[in-house]
Amino acid sequence: MSKTYYDPADLRKFGKITEWSEELGNKFFDYYGKVFEDGALTAREKSLIALAVAHTEQCPYCIDAYTKDGLQRGITKEEMIEAVHVGAAIKSGATLVHGVQMMNKVNKLDM
Amino acid sequence: MATKSLHKSESQLANSKRQLEILSNGIFQNGELPTFKDKIAESNQFPLKAKKLEILQINVGYMCNQVCEHCHVDAGPDRKEIMSQDTMQQCLEVIKNTGAHTLDLTGGAPEMNPNFRWFVEEASKAGVKDFIVRSNLTIIKANKKYADLPEFFKKHNVHVVSSMPHWTRGKTDKQRGYGVFDKSIDALKELNAVGYGMPNSNLRLDLVYNPSGAFLPSNQASMERDFKKALLEDFGIYFHNLFAITNLPISRFLDYLIASDNYEDYMYNLVEAYNPMAVANVMCTNTLSVSWDGYLYDCDFNQMLELPVNSKVKHISEYNEDLLEGRPIVISQHCYGCTAGAGSSCQGTVA
Repeated sequence: MSKTYYDPADLRKFGKITEWSEELGNKFFDYYGKVFEDGALTAREKSLIALAVAHTEQCPYCIDAYTKDGLQRGITKEEMIEAVHVGAAIKSGATLVHGVQMMNKVNKLDM
Repeated sequence: MATKSLHKSESQLANSKRQLEILSNGIFQNGELPTFKDKIAESNQFPLKAKKLEILQINVGYMCNQVCEHCHVDAGPDRKEIMSQDTMQQCLEVIKNTGAHTLDLTGGAPEMNPNFRWFVEEASKAGVKDFIVRSNLTIIKANKKYADLPEFFKKHNVHVVSSMPHWTRGKTDKQRGYGVFDKSIDALKELNAVGYGMPNSNLRLDLVYNPSGAFLPSNQASMERDFKKALLEDFGIYFHNLFAITNLPISRFLDYLIASDNYEDYMYNLVEAYNPMAVANVMCTNTLSVSWDGYLYDCDFNQMLELPVNSKVKHISEYNEDLLEGRPIVISQHCYGCTAGAGSSCQGTVA
């Protein structure tokens, strides 16, 4: 067994997921490929969304993959960090908005 | 930023044999990745054979005013390999009689060859349909003696192809050297001013995009859109087409890949992106590369790896297009660079 839970080289093996369930694996990769095609959103915009979500999901494979994808697309460092801040803002906002629940509970319980 | 060539700094990677060892050992020796030969054999494309010649590419010398991080030529101010006028004369005999539709001069900075202008004047008389000079742009701004190059190119109806890794200063200067971006922008404006690259102009100005790091180029058409929009909005610059070229893992780019611990990942990327459709049109099948000393190679990359053509004809002095046609192309693992994704050649994508 590997000594760490995450190994950067495992990202290369992602496609092998299909070997243990060809039907589901292929369906996933077909879907995945379709999602990232140019559509109402450009593939470039989708790449930046994926980069932001990769951070909020804290998926190291996804961060590696979409940082490289961004570089390939000519996306600048400035655009990448802004996308990461969007993710961070939603994450912190999602934490903070729960403060309303805390306030509601205090107001209900406190005399 | 590098200031010396690998040759000048006596790096072991200045030795082409060492580069070829690296490209054949490790992940390709232990079977982790298939060799290029095995990969093309899967689709019955081995051996690759030269078709009818379309592009004659002549490297007039490795001297350059820049020392770019990714340069496959290992060019720089310290390189002294320069094509002599005698060899140029031999090339001219071939240019007059070739069936190729494109003549492509490259370097180094070809303009630094002292006989460059004479050679262009003579070669332009041969009436080759498309006459390309690969200019790094900054040479136009490097010294007063080069300032009239835009007019000179125009006079001889030269098709100018220039490198531009990004439309932002940071990425460009990181790859090509401090100040390169601003000089390149000035040079592009001067080329536009004499008519190069303008919409509907017959004076062709194309840009070459090489990724500025260990990643592959994206879709050529969308990169061209992004480049056009940014260069026009930010600087009022026009150009015709963008060629997206993959960096091949040789010479200085190989040195960078190894030093930055990106070599294996990069080779994986190239092999994963392998496209058999690109193999059918790979440039070595319609191109011949001539070195500064007149020897013949399947491409500029093989020239730098010192892998000469597999043919009885080895030198421009004994040139014979019929004999060269059908020769088996000399390959190694660097060839994956030309077959990744939409493929890559000196004229951009091929698939």
